[in-house]
Amino acid sequence: MASSYNAKEEDGHHSGAAGHGGAGADKSRKPDNTAFKQQRLPAWQPILTAGTVLPAFFVIGLIFIPIGIGLYVTSNNIKEFEIDYTGVDSKSECYACARNFSWNSTTPCTCSMNFTLEQPFESNVFMYYGLSNFYQNHRRYVKSRDDSQLNGDPTALKDPSKECEPYRTSEGLPIAPCGAIANSLFNDTLELHYVDSNGTKLEIPLVKKGIAWWTDKHVKFRNPNGNTNLTVAFQGTSKPVNWGKPVYELDPLDPENNGFINEDFIVWMRTAALPTFRKLYRIIQKKSSTTPTLPSGRYILSITYNYPVLSFDGRKRMILSTISWMGGKNPFLGIAYITVGSICFFLGVVLLIIHHKYDNRNTSADIPN
Amino acid sequence: MPWMNPLARIRDAWRGQRARDKELRNLVSNLPYEGLDKHKQPNRHFPGNGIKTTKYSILFFLPMNLFEQFHRLANLYFVGLAILNFVPMVQAFEPEVALIPICVILALTALKDAWEDFGRYQSDKELNGLPCFVYSRKKKCYVEKRWKDVRVGDFVKVESNDTVPADLLLLFTSDPNGVCHIETANLDGETNLKQRRAVPGACVTDPEFEPESFTGVVICEKPNINLNHFKCYIEKVDKEKLGAGISNLLLRGCTVRNTGYAIGFVVYAGHETKSMLNNNGPRYKRSRLERRLNVDVIFCILLLVLMCIIGSLGHYLWLESMPGVPLYLVPHGDGHLDTPSLASFYMFFSMIILLQVLIPISLYVSIELVKIGQIFFITNDLDLYDEDTDSRVQCKALNITEDLGQIQFIFSDKTGTLTENKMVFRRCSIMGIEYPHKENAVRLSVLNKRDEDEDVLFSQTPSTKQPWSLDSEEPPEKKSERTSKSKAHSDVAFSSPLETEVIPDQKLLRQLGGTDRTDAYLDFFLALAICNTVVVSMATGKRRRSSVFLQRRQSTPLDTFSSLMKKLGSWTCLRIRSTPDTSPSAQELSGDLTGGQTRHLHVPPRGTTPAVPTDELCYEAESPDEAVLVHTAKAYGFVLLSRTPDSVTVRLPSGAQLRYEVLDTLTFDSTRKRMSVLVRHPISKQCILYTKGADYAIMELLETPHGGKLQTDIASDTQQHLDCYAKDGLRTLCITKKVLSDREYENWAVKRHQALTAMDDREQLIMDSAVTIETDLCLLGATGVEDRLQDNVPDTIMSLREAGIRVWVLTGDKTETAVNIGYACRLLEPDDLLINMSCQNKITCTSTLNCALEEVRRFADDPRNVDTTPDISLVIDGRTLTMVTSPDLRERFVDLAKRCRSVLCCRVTPLQKSHVVKFIREKLKVMTLAVGDGANDVNMIQAADIGVGVCGQEGMQAVMASDFAISRFKHLKKLLLVHGHWCYSRLANMVIYFFYKNAANVNLLFWFQFFCGFTANAMIDHWLMIFFNLIFTSVPPVMFGIMDKDVSAEMLLGLPELYRTGQGKGEYTFFTFWMSMLDAFYQSLVAFFVPYYTYRGSNIDIFSFGTPLNTISLFTILLHLSIEIKAWTFVHVIVIVGSVLLYFGVTLAYGFMYLNYSGFWTLQTQMADPMFYLVCLIATVIALLPRYLFHVLKNSIAPSPIVQARHLDTLEPSARDQWMKEWRSFRGGVQDKTPDESVPPSPSLESLNDDSIMDDEFTLNVITESRHRPGSL
Repeated sequence: MASSYNAKEEDGHHSGAAGHGGAGADKSRKPDNTAFKQQRLPAWQPILTAGTVLPAFFVIGLIFIPIGIGLYVTSNNIKEFEIDYTGVDSKSECYACARNFSWNSTTPCTCSMNFTLEQPFESNVFMYYGLSNFYQNHRRYVKSRDDSQLNGDPTALKDPSKECEPYRTSEGLPIAPCGAIANSLFNDTLELHYVDSNGTKLEIPLVKKGIAWWTDKHVKFRNPNGNTNLTVAFQGTSKPVNWGKPVYELDPLDPENNGFINEDFIVWMRTAALPTFRKLYRIIQKKSSTTPTLPSGRYILSITYNYPVLSFDGRKRMILSTISWMGGKNPFLGIAYITVGSICFFLGVVLLIIHHKYDNRNTSADIPN
Repeated sequence: MPWMNPLARIRDAWRGQRARDKELRNLVSNLPYEGLDKHKQPNRHFPGNGIKTTKYSILFFLPMNLFEQFHRLANLYFVGLAILNFVPMVQAFEPEVALIPICVILALTALKDAWEDFGRYQSDKELNGLPCFVYSRKKKCYVEKRWKDVRVGDFVKVESNDTVPADLLLLFTSDPNGVCHIETANLDGETNLKQRRAVPGACVTDPEFEPESFTGVVICEKPNINLNHFKCYIEKVDKEKLGAGISNLLLRGCTVRNTGYAIGFVVYAGHETKSMLNNNGPRYKRSRLERRLNVDVIFCILLLVLMCIIGSLGHYLWLESMPGVPLYLVPHGDGHLDTPSLASFYMFFSMIILLQVLIPISLYVSIELVKIGQIFFITNDLDLYDEDTDSRVQCKALNITEDLGQIQFIFSDKTGTLTENKMVFRRCSIMGIEYPHKENAVRLSVLNKRDEDEDVLFSQTPSTKQPWSLDSEEPPEKKSERTSKSKAHSDVAFSSPLETEVIPDQKLLRQLGGTDRTDAYLDFFLALAICNTVVVSMATGKRRRSSVFLQRRQSTPLDTFSSLMKKLGSWTCLRIRSTPDTSPSAQELSGDLTGGQTRHLHVPPRGTTPAVPTDELCYEAESPDEAVLVHTAKAYGFVLLSRTPDSVTVRLPSGAQLRYEVLDTLTFDSTRKRMSVLVRHPISKQCILYTKGADYAIMELLETPHGGKLQTDIASDTQQHLDCYAKDGLRTLCITKKVLSDREYENWAVKRHQALTAMDDREQLIMDSAVTIETDLCLLGATGVEDRLQDNVPDTIMSLREAGIRVWVLTGDKTETAVNIGYACRLLEPDDLLINMSCQNKITCTSTLNCALEEVRRFADDPRNVDTTPDISLVIDGRTLTMVTSPDLRERFVDLAKRCRSVLCCRVTPLQKSHVVKFIREKLKVMTLAVGDGANDVNMIQAADIGVGVCGQEGMQAVMASDFAISRFKHLKKLLLVHGHWCYSRLANMVIYFFYKNAANVNLLFWFQFFCGFTANAMIDHWLMIFFNLIFTSVPPVMFGIMDKDVSAEMLLGLPELYRTGQGKGEYTFFTFWMSMLDAFYQSLVAFFVPYYTYRGSNIDIFSFGTPLNTISLFTILLHLSIEIKAWTFVHVIVIVGSVLLYFGVTLAYGFMYLNYSGFWTLQTQMADPMFYLVCLIATVIALLPRYLFHVLKNSIAPSPIVQARHLDTLEPSARDQWMKEWRSFRGGVQDKTPDESVPPSPSLESLNDDSIMDDEFTLNVITESRHRPGSL
């Protein structure tokens, strides 16, 4: 056999030298007999038939229905109150403020609205402002910001990104924070008073910290030069055109909530996904376990009306809501789970019938002889 | 380079261009100009021998490659979009982001191209650097140069076993006859040696050729691609013209064999050589699926435009409805806002950018990748590997794999494709008397039936090993393996050299021995020995790849041809030897042959006598027919000893050697269907023309019966015998002789010479000259040669037919032969309705056609045959075929052909073959496959949608022209039924899935537009959006396209019916496309609106909203794929799980690291929220429920054959086989029905009323469903 091999080697050599197209193969070209190359890898070959998928449908049904019920109940337990203070209606208290709006007015327009809570709110209450028809998800609006500036980058502070146009500079000075989002910051002030049985107005304490994401406040948003003396840090910049005060005066009392790391500002900067949205405004913390956070009764909402929405048919609302693990009140998911669970269960039954009618002949291994 | 006037340089370049473009080139020797400046060289205009097959150079790779890629419309589209994105008015993404996908796609493709080009560069470098010997005037000898330094006009010396570096006009060889043997395996794969000869009279010097003495001008034609054609003459100083042709040309890439050395004049170098001109890369064919796919891409574009129009219209209305200027409307830099109409106009383009992914950019690259994977698996299939030739299946066209799964018509050649093309001599008829060669037949049948006997014989008589050309093609190690192994393959016995041996017929031997009418008999065998183009070479000196047996047995060094010839001369007497393997009759025969008659029948066993030289004769034949005839002649003692262009040496049974002078050889061509050799008898000095050819070509040319009744009798007897042979399926040839007077010859020779030296119309003139001499032939006899069917051909044809493929066999053979083979390979069945169309003129043809149609229609209209394909077979001959394909009968013939299960076309020319293929392909709009092995099939192979070449005995031309090359016909079965089916179903499903995937993903963005004022905003970060298509969801479908397996190979082979799913429109149709698009819309609706209603009115921000959407989309898309995947292997699991992990990994990392991302920390926050999981879970379930349910219901209520086969697949092997048999039995034709079987399965459905079967809906289902399809073609 050896001699034959030599002869072959020799042959392979000279044909290789020719080199046109394929050089002579030195070894047998027999393909390897491996499971992979011969496409015989061990494989699981499920066949979707009524019989095989039956359990899946029942399992889905059995899991989804309880989840749905749980979600529905949770959602129902959430208490929510909503009041529209836009002032579209002439009878509304805020009608005048809404009509006579001007960005330049120095005297703030105030109005107040009365409302009654039928049921007490037991746990922590989240106070939201809601805007309707406000397209915070407009493409050019969403982009109109400079994230490096907001992160405290000193060069971006002085030279904001082009994306901020036309709110990039004002009177030759760079705007801080630049861009349309910041420019359109929601600037109504809301206060809540409880009118007790004697008619005295009790101001309800509103907590304004902890309303923004922790990471946004502590990582993403940074004041230039840290938090030391913001007036100096923001020197040489201009306030956004629609703002009444510069960014370092957003919360003069609390340096931890001032400048770019002002939580109201941060909340606003997380642009809403849909044109009708709410944003967390304040938190009303539960004081004691015995008394409800907001007892039922009459309340007064005092509004410093700064924010115009009539130009786009918008609405402004104030929302009070308790909160659960699933967020705000929304029965949709619970109903969806119940419905889908029921459908699956029903389909499972249908499939069972189909299985009995058609399937057994496929799966039976009996060979008619 | 010396200074040269620029003007002169331009003039020179222009002159060079003209010189290259001229029809005729004048070339002179370079030697007188050696060492001069380049611009003084006479041949400077012609390219050098260096080659560069690379497409690109390093410097220009990028621009050239990009230019190339931009020829693709899809790429252009995406580049256009990317550019559009730089227009600030409309930009939807950050411009850089939009560039990424197109850049990645371009880069991937460029990388692939660069890698391929680098391979070419390396092989070029290797080739250019090969050494060769070029004559140098200064050194007065041949100096070693590299290939690339060879130039036109040089004299190159090529030694034995060297490769020819450029196209050389052969001037001198070491052979005294001026012959040079070459092997063209590198060029066309033909391994038999060919003779080339030096231009006669070109060199005057003796004994060594002096290149410096060559002063003539070589005038040759412009380089062309034709390998078998070359026109040239040498004009000497004295104006004498010496004609030269292809027989004087050594082509680049050939290997010189058996010749000491050869010296040639370089006529074409480098890229102008014929081999380089023939060297085109893989051809690009567009598959049917790809054509359909392009239509769907257009649909996608329309859809995109529609969506964009909706978007821009919506934006307009949204802006119009606004009472004032809201805060969120961002004005331009100068503070103005666009008017609503202008803004919506811009928005249209922004939408296009946003939704661009609807047109799947990565689809084309993915398809290419998938096809590479599919080809990898096809070429690695062990079942498609042929041990004997050590060859795998070759895929030459890289992009039509899926077409293999849609074939409806197969056009097959017969010889060499269905049959082995290894000929066995069976019978002959001489002077009207038949010699049946019974002993030979007995011996062959014994060999075939009892293989183990052959082993014994083999070991007893190792010296009988005759390494004739056909066998020696296989590598020696294989051969030794074969003999050592027990004979597993039946073809082993067949191809064994014993079969080249012929046991002479006793009667014929006696006849030869006697004195009665011997002349004709002698002439007959002389004709067999002489009238061919067989080249004789020594077994030892032949090639190094010759038989192991010989090399082991004889350790003698290689003898040169001439010394052997001398040795031969000393042999005067040969002893009769009969080897033990011969049958008793042969022994008896040897006894008969005493009395001074010497025969060389078989080689003496080793050790008894010194090796007989004839053993070492190797016959290198271009066709096996020729070889077998030479061997036959040899068996009767007429041994062809050598052949040079001028002479043929034959040893007669008496031992005398006759050296015939060959005056001319009129080679075979398909129009004449015959070949002739004109020789001068060495003793009588007569001019004799021996002609052999197809019977119908010869019979017309027989001499008019003035020579008495005898000739006519012989002719009619022979014709009878021929018909009889044909019925037995033998290939027939007629042998004739003609004696010419010297005058006749001289007259003819002048004409012939004119024809040979003519520059224009040379072929036609040469053929005309051949026709003029081939008249008034005298019939000597006829031969019948058997060409056996290859292994498993009947089984393969059966399976193909069951798979719904119509098989047409096109052959040049006689009708009877063809019909016989047709029955043997079960193309025709005994109970078929056989329509035979063979008409002399158009009128009968028309009426026959009408009758046939009538008959067929009646058969089809018969209510009993409703659901069946009528088993109608058509046999038609070439002449009739031409008539029925004429415009007026065409429609009717198409109608008939449509109804025929199999068609056999006889006596068709190569051109007709391709006409038939084109005709059917165009008229019936079907997928066609043509399979053939010879040069005569090349046209057909190129005309069909898929051309398959069989690497056979007739060279590689068919393989070169083919898209797929296989080594045996039986491989077609697995190639089509398994790989074809898989490739098609994989690719079809993948393409549909791709469209679905992109649509499902993009529609999310579209729905979002309704809630963002149609501002082309996205709720997902652009980077993540790009990654989504490019990274997260791109690998699973590709893997799906390469590896999914809907049914196992065993099932597909066992139930050929399953192949029908791919035929016609198959799985990828208008319907399936739109269904998946609808599904995509539905799923995207769910994926959008479930989170929408969940988060509506809440304080969710845009990216937190986009995260669940994207996640749902990912899960839906991947789980959707999981529903489609039919076979899960660990690769599938890894890829799918990997994609999910990658998605979460990348998104988390992105949200964590990228501070400037407005959606910073989004996914992290979402993943901490239980709602996220609840939303994703329910949305995914709702989205997939319909498809899941659809599959379940369909598989349960109306399972497709594929699903049923999948069910069978899960059964035990034994049970499975039984079911399969059960299933197939309904097809009516699977049982091994032999012609005498009394009850052939009826094709009508009525026969299914067997109760046990009727109960079984499962099987019935398949029948009805699959039966409907072919009818609706």
